[in-house]
Amino acid sequence: MPMISIRNVNKWYGTHFQALKDCTTSVEPGEVVVVCGPSGSGKSTLIKTINALEPIQGGEIVVDRVEVTSPKTNLPKLRARVGMVFQHFELFPHLRITDNLCLGQQKVLGRSREEAMEKAMRLLDRVGLKDHAEKYPGQLSGGQQQRVAIARALVMDPVCMLFDEPTSALDPEMINEVLDVMVELAKEGMTMMVVTHEMGFARKVAHRVIFMDAGEIVEDAPTEDFFAHPRSERARLFLSKILQH
Amino acid sequence: MSVFSDFDFNIIARSLPYLFREGMTFTLTLTAIATIGGVLLGTLIAMARLSSLPVLPALAASYVNVMRALPLVLVIFLFYFLMPYIGQWILQADRPIQVGALSSTIITFTLFEAAYFSEIMRAGIQSIPRGQVAAGYAIGLTYSQMMRYVVLPQAFRNMLPVIFTQMIVLFQDTSLVYVLSITDFLGAASKVGQRDGRLTEMYLFAAAVYFIISLTASMLVKRLQARIAIAR
Repeated sequence: MPMISIRNVNKWYGTHFQALKDCTTSVEPGEVVVVCGPSGSGKSTLIKTINALEPIQGGEIVVDRVEVTSPKTNLPKLRARVGMVFQHFELFPHLRITDNLCLGQQKVLGRSREEAMEKAMRLLDRVGLKDHAEKYPGQLSGGQQQRVAIARALVMDPVCMLFDEPTSALDPEMINEVLDVMVELAKEGMTMMVVTHEMGFARKVAHRVIFMDAGEIVEDAPTEDFFAHPRSERARLFLSKILQH
Repeated sequence: MSVFSDFDFNIIARSLPYLFREGMTFTLTLTAIATIGGVLLGTLIAMARLSSLPVLPALAASYVNVMRALPLVLVIFLFYFLMPYIGQWILQADRPIQVGALSSTIITFTLFEAAYFSEIMRAGIQSIPRGQVAAGYAIGLTYSQMMRYVVLPQAFRNMLPVIFTQMIVLFQDTSLVYVLSITDFLGAASKVGQRDGRLTEMYLFAAAVYFIISLTASMLVKRLQARIAIAR
């Protein structure tokens, strides 16, 4: 039983532009899947359909046996079980780091303040930011903010994690501190779907790579195969551009 | 010989307790109630206007447009005369409900200001990046929780200087209650002036008081604005 299953997903913006064309793939429990492709290829859109941040017009998405696309699904409940990390961190700037980490736990999971705080501090310690607990997001560097954002997703005890270009808004010297946390997470067996251009990360931890172009899943292959023998011309071109330097 | 030579400014000193204890107290109370009520109601109207549900946005927009197209004095009169009948209709009573001038003005100002505050709050809500909304939903918040804990606190903070500026305008506009013979600060000044035949002195004094309060408040708002800019 896959953790995430995406079947024949179609999405249009308006009536003319089709953002996703018949996308089908799945992610097994404990699997790490990297989604890559040129900008505008629909990879961010695809990952956002998994927790229904982006509605779809056709197809079916199932996460941990819950049908995301069914109108009967309690979306807030589902989203609470799917961790998401955004390109621009999206920490809540008016709340302290601790409150950023406690909000969902208290309001969605109904944990007590003490319970939530304990969990928050444990996760902050894990991403190496325990000393910054009482600060506001604006007082942290980009890399630190993104690590807090990962912790904010983890405090909810998610069954899987979605990463939407987690390092592309970061200064180069901060990329590794975020990737390190993600590598750790992958090693622990977290199910992860990661939209990224970090091919080093993909090689190191991904079990599979999905290559998208123009709203389509062009390739879906085990990591080694993808890098060694990309089947499509589009993937070859993409790799040659991205791996040149 | 100055133009002011036969002015009697002692009258001001003598009437100070009345002017402030009665008049200014009412003016400030009305300003405070209409601001708080207006911001609360205005926020709801703004959310209705931005909602994706059918009908609701159009209803909210019509409310705002109607209120903003009418002069406040007219609305004060209109509500004063209409309120008893509206009350009768709501409560399904046999005869019009008696609504005093005081309650009538409080309700009128709140409803009227809500239209203006709703535009401010709408701008505030729209100033919050969509990513914040997505992040709120992503941790499992419902729409109302997301608005309450993520969007509205930030929108309110961003809009605070504008809300205070509108409050200063409102503070001046409360003087329009004179049309219902309510004793606000200006009303009190005019009553004393009429009684003693010293209208010019009283109006000059009232003008000075409004000027000082409004100017001080605007300067405080400017400082607040600078502080918010730094915090952001």
